Order: sequence, then C-alpha cells, then structure tokens
Amino acid sequence: MTTSRTPARKRLHLAAHFPGVNNTTVWQSPEAGSQIEFDSFVHLARTAERGRFDFFFLAEGLRLREHKGRIHDLDVVGRPESLTVLNALAAVTDRLGLAATVNATFNEPYELARRLATLDHLSAGRAAWNVVTSSDAFTGENFRRGGYLDHAERYTRAAEFVATARELWDSWSEDGTPRPFAHHGQHFDIRGEFTVPRSPQGHPVVIQAGDSPAGRDFAASAADVIFTRHGTLEAGRAFYADVKGRLAAHGRTADSLKIMPGVTFVLGDTAAEAQEKAHHIRRRQVSPQNALLAAEQIWGTDLSHLDPDGPLPAFDPDPDARLTQGRTRLGDPKEIADRWRALSEAKGLSLRETVIEATGRQSFIGTPEAVAAEMDAFVTQNAADGFILVPHLTPGGLDDFVDRVVPLLQERGAFRTEYEGNTLRAHLGLPEPARSPVWKG
Amino acid sequence: MSVSQRPPHLAVALDAPGVPGPFEAAPYVHLARLAERATLDFATLGDTFARPGPDALAVLAGVAPHTAHLGLVPTVTTTHTEPFHVATAVQTLDWVSRGRAGWQAEVSRTPAEAALFGRRPAAPAEALWREAADVADVVGRLWDSWEDDAEIRDAATGRFIDRDKLHHVDFRGTSSTGEPFTVRGPSIVPRPPQGRPVIVLDATDAAAREAAAAHADVALVRAEDPDTAYAARAALRARAAELGRAPGTLRVLASLPIELPAAGDAAGLADLLTDWHAADTADGFHLRPADPVRDLGRLVDGTVPVLRRRGLLRRSYAGTTLRDHLGLDRPVSRYAARTGKASA
Ligand SMILES: Cc1cc2nc3c(=O)[nH]c(=O)nc-3n(C[C@H](O)[C@H](O)[C@H](O)COP(=O)(O)O)c2cc1C
Repeated sequence: MTTSRTPARKRLHLAAHFPGVNNTTVWQSPEAGSQIEFDSFVHLARTAERGRFDFFFLAEGLRLREHKGRIHDLDVVGRPESLTVLNALAAVTDRLGLAATVNATFNEPYELARRLATLDHLSAGRAAWNVVTSSDAFTGENFRRGGYLDHAERYTRAAEFVATARELWDSWSEDGTPRPFAHHGQHFDIRGEFTVPRSPQGHPVVIQAGDSPAGRDFAASAADVIFTRHGTLEAGRAFYADVKGRLAAHGRTADSLKIMPGVTFVLGDTAAEAQEKAHHIRRRQVSPQNALLAAEQIWGTDLSHLDPDGPLPAFDPDPDARLTQGRTRLGDPKEIADRWRALSEAKGLSLRETVIEATGRQSFIGTPEAVAAEMDAFVTQNAADGFILVPHLTPGGLDDFVDRVVPLLQERGAFRTEYEGNTLRAHLGLPEPARSPVWKG
Repeated sequence: MSVSQRPPHLAVALDAPGVPGPFEAAPYVHLARLAERATLDFATLGDTFARPGPDALAVLAGVAPHTAHLGLVPTVTTTHTEPFHVATAVQTLDWVSRGRAGWQAEVSRTPAEAALFGRRPAAPAEALWREAADVADVVGRLWDSWEDDAEIRDAATGRFIDRDKLHHVDFRGTSSTGEPFTVRGPSIVPRPPQGRPVIVLDATDAAAREAAAAHADVALVRAEDPDTAYAARAALRARAAELGRAPGTLRVLASLPIELPAAGDAAGLADLLTDWHAADTADGFHLRPADPVRDLGRLVDGTVPVLRRRGLLRRSYAGTTLRDHLGLDRPVSRYAARTGKASA
C-alpha cells in the first residue's frame, strides 16, 4: 500500500470483545450458541480476522458474582481461562491480536510475565495484556493468598507489576542468553533468571481498563491502549482530552496511547428497522427478573415482592448496602434512583421499561452507512482512537458488522483493507519498546 | 507369566531432557502429529521455572487445534502457582482440546525458584508433595464444582444456570510452609468434556508416592528394569486401595528413557516393550526420547508397525477423549445430588 504513509486521514482501530459474562449478552434466542465451546471462540476470532480487526479480547472474572448471597444466575455464567484460549486461537489465526484480561492482584509478575511472553512467542507477536486490578476479599477467597490489598494500593501494585514484567521481558541479551534480574520494590522482591527470551513484540501490548484518576494516570504512564466505558461523543471527547493530556508528564506523545471505548451496535436496513431491533434486543437483555435485579443493585435491598411491570420503589436507596458482590459499582445510588424516577414519571414507564430505557442503550444504532459514518466521526472528532465492539450474540454477533460495516469504513479510508504488519504493535502503530537502557540485574 | 488383559498404554514426552524447548509453535505441532500418527494415548510436556523454556500448558493449548485425538499433558507446578489458576487453566485446555487434557503436577524444589516469587522459602520435598496433594485435591473439587447439567438457559425464569448445581468447595489445606490455606470456589469455568481432566504424577520419588496413590489417574515410574516398575505398581495399587480408591482407577506406566540412533533400534524397542508387557510389569509405558524429533520419527516408522502386528497397539483411535484412551470412566461430580446410586 503506497497510501498508508499519508498522515492526514485518521484511521480507526477495531477490536472484538467475546460476548460473555455481561448483561449485554443475549443467551435465550435460538441463534445464541455455546459460551464455552472452543468453536464459538474460533468463529468470533476468525470473523474478526476476516474483518482485519486489530485484536480479539477476552474479559476475566475470578469469582462468580453473587447476589443476596447466592450465585447470580440471570446472565451468562462461566467462561474459560483467557490465556489458554488465546494460545489455542493463535493456532487458527494468523494476524489477529490476542488480548487477555488478567488480574494484577491475584497473580505474580514472574509467572504472568512468562505466560504472556509465551503467548507472544507462540503467536509470533500478537499478545496483549489487559491489566485489571481488584482488591476485594470476596474474590480473594478463591486464592491461597486471600484478599489482602488496600483499595488505594491496587494501582501501585499494578504499576510495579507492569514495570517488573517489563524488566523480565527485557532480561535476555540481544544474542539470546538469559541474564540475571533483580527487582526490589514495595510489592515485589524477586531475583533470578527469566525462562523466556525477549518476545517478537519486545513487550506484549499493555491495555488498561479502569476509570478513576489513579487508573488514568496508571494508563498514561504504562499502557499502550485504554479500554473505557465512555461511549458517547461528549463523554468520549472529555475522557480523550483528559487522558491524552496526562501523557506529556510521562514524556509520552499523544499517539502512543490508543483510546478504545467498549461499544455496542445494532444494524438495520433502515434507521427505523435498526431502532426496532435495538429495542427488541434490549427487552431480551433486560428480562423481568433482570430488571428487578438492576433495581435491587441500585436500591441495595430485596425488591423481589415488586412487579417489574409496575412502578419503581417510592423509597430511597440504602446508601451503604452491598447486595451484589463481584461487580463494579457504577455510580451514586441516590443519584441514579432520582434519575430513574424522573424518567419513569416523564414517560410513564414501568420499572422494567425504565431499566431498559435508562441503562445500556446500544452505542451505534442504524444502517451500515450511518454506523460507519458515526464511528468515523467519533474518531476524527477525537472521542476515541477506535472501538472494542461488544456483540450481543455468541458466536455470530460480529458477522453483520464485518460483512456490512467494515467495507464501508474501508471505502471511506477510515480502516485498513489489509493487515500491513504481522504484529499487534504494527496494527496499532506502536513501536517496539526499546530495551531498558540501564541493566538493573 | 501373568496374562495381560489389554494392550499397554503408550505415551511419549515431547521434551528432551535438559534441552530448552523451542519457543515457537511449529516444532511442537510436528512432534505431536507424529505421536498422533503412532496412536499414542498422550504426550507430556515438562515445565519448570528453573530452566529456559516456554509455558508448557500454553504450548499444548496451541497444539490442540492441530491434533484431534492425542491426549495433551503439560506439567503445571503447584509450589508457586495458585491452585485456582491451575484448575481453570487445565479445565480450559480440556475445552479447547475437546476432552484431551491432562495435568502433570510437579513441585519446585529450589531456593532459586522460590526467589523468583519472593513469597515463601523453599521447603523439603515431603512438605512440597504434601502441599501438591492438597492442590490436586482442591483442583479436582473445583473441576466438580459445576455439575454437568448446570447450564439450563431457562427463558421462562430468566435463569442461565441452575445455581443449585454450582457448589462452593470450601477447601482447607496446608501449604508447604505449614500455614493453612482455603479456596472457596466454585470454579469460574463450567465442567469440561472429561468432567475431570486426567491427573498424571511422577511417583518415582518416595516423597511423591502418597500424592500419586491418592490423586493420580496415571502414575509414572521411572524404571531401569522390570522388577522396579512391577514393585512400584504393586505398592501404588495397594496404597490406593487403602485410601479407598476403587481398583482399576489408577494406571501405572513405566517411564523409560529411549534413544533410537539407528533405524534397527526401533524394532528393538518394540521387542523390549513386548517383553515388559508380557511380564505384566506395568499398565503401559511413557517413553522419554533423548532426541524427540529423531526418536519419534523412528518410533512411528519402526516400533509402531511391529507393535500393531503383535496386537499391542491400536491401529486407530476408538474414542475421542484422553479418558477414553486410558479406559477411565468419566467421573460424576462428587457434589451431584446422590439420588439412589452412590458415586465414588
Ligand atoms: C471498560 C472496563 C472493563 C473492565 N474489565 C474488567 C475485567 O474484565 N475484569 C476485571 O476484573 N475488571 C475489569 N474492570 C475493572 C477495573 O479493573 C477496575 O477494577 C475498576 O474499573 C475500578 O478501578 P477504577 O476505580 O480505576 O475505575 C474493567 C473496567 C473497565 C472500565
């Protein structure tokens, strides 16, 4: 491609999120396939590769969610362990990046750095690590070490974890001999030799998902990609400016960190058909039982006596209640309850209809032309550098997008028509990291 | 000479002793395909933090889509790795291989390995294997923590799973340093095709015998002569029976170093295996080639045809899972409601 060097056109990056343990995954319909069989992962990954996507993405949760002391049963439950699936997918794909979410709290740098470097070798340079943090004792109960980390410390540990992993990835010499390393820090005090040579990408791509100021700073200092929830144009532009603004302080340029919100989409032949489909999907995502559950999560109390087709609770949420464990809290309960009640009153909506309307509306709804144009506009207006698409169906949820939207993005010059490099870093336009100049062994 | 009821189980190590494995996928795929042409039960791939080499479970996950029948048994060490991570990774290997996963548990003995983690000191072999036995125990429980039919997708009630069929395991064990540890469960991975992937343990060292008798589906015994292998199997079977295990649930394979520098050596190996098998030395053999590429090639060309002619090796795979190859039943979850018949 001779035009690929022209810098004028901002092109977007695309990733495919396997639809899994999310309340956006529709599992009741006849097209909904297995959430666990390898074929489902192969189908989605191959579809993403056919669409020339940057990477395929797997989320992680190390403890099944519980609600009112029992395992949550209203969404998809259960998933495979990410890195093992990605190593298998590396065998059936050629160019697609392979991103695993792996917790920095319940792993040790030596072992995880080794697993990530192995994936990078076996996939010939396509590995990525989404660094997530948690500190809750609830998840810790599954681990020999237990839950042991102060909330405030989760990012200092994560930052030291990533820095340590980079020291390990750099530890072999250019000519392929292991050199001793030693890391003495607040969280890790380790030394020895790494078992894996520097991998094809130098370092696997590092992704960060976390939204607090501390999380944003961590991303600005250490990540190649941010996975965000800011999927509207206004919120996206504010987040984009904030995060890119933090880079200079770390001596980094604006294009060294890619901002990729997780987004959903619905396609139709006409705008009206797409809207209708979107509503239908929302009704499937928010079953009557799920609507009650969503309200219980905000109100912090048992609402099982309520009729989902009736009104919202008249009383205020319990600010301190924690009915649900293992799920990220998304805002101030009183504020959300007030917003929901206002919406319900204004439009005359039942509890379930309010939840459908107030939560999780799809990010892009329209004809393929409209969705392609809107995505392109998002990126050219600096609300994002690309998107992590979260389909609502396994395994066929990406088929339409790849068949109908990707060609239009390519026509507009907004997306690659062929892979231009072999590694995920090449797809993302990220340089191979220099070996650490000062040897710390 | 006792009558051998069935042909010997055959397995092979894909890694050469003391040689760091390659870091790309292709050489492993090549070897695994040779082992599959030889219709072996399974291939092992060793792993250690003490020497260069890739993560073995990752390598075999990459081999899985390139093979269809061969059992895949990576070593995953228990000393520094969280039991929960061991359980979910091996379960996932079983999913991506459609029922061909095994797990060889090993311990990390050296202070150098302990220093890579900086969390706990090195411990004596006995303590490490006691902990490994606890890890094998809790891993098996996590594999049972979802019953097979837990996923119901009941649209009427909006439930994806029947949560009565998911179980906290609430395991209490003792770490190698003597402190208690707990694992709550259930696993985050649904019960895989084999129910429980196959647990393999090298029971050669005395310190590992108890763990093998209690938890192994397949015990490997490194032996230079048939008598050693025979005695080890007898001891393992006796101890397994004392621990209440049903007869016939433990396979003991003699693990033999092999070297086939010349083509004729391959037929010699067939004779040796035939003799050991005729003497009912072991339930089968785990072969450890000095040079896997050369020796596996010779094995396929020279040893396999002879064994097949003698009726000692299948001509094609009859089953699809590693348990099928080994003649081991698919276990029912220990947490499944005991309606009527008891399950071991
Ligand atoms: C878009 C997004 C995706 C996330 N995905 C995961 C995940 O797959 N697994 C996980 O354990 N945590 C996940 N997290 C949670 C973060 O790791 C983190 O714990 C959480 O956002 C709280 O950190 P914060 O206060 O910096 O936002 C995700 C967070 C965001 C924003």
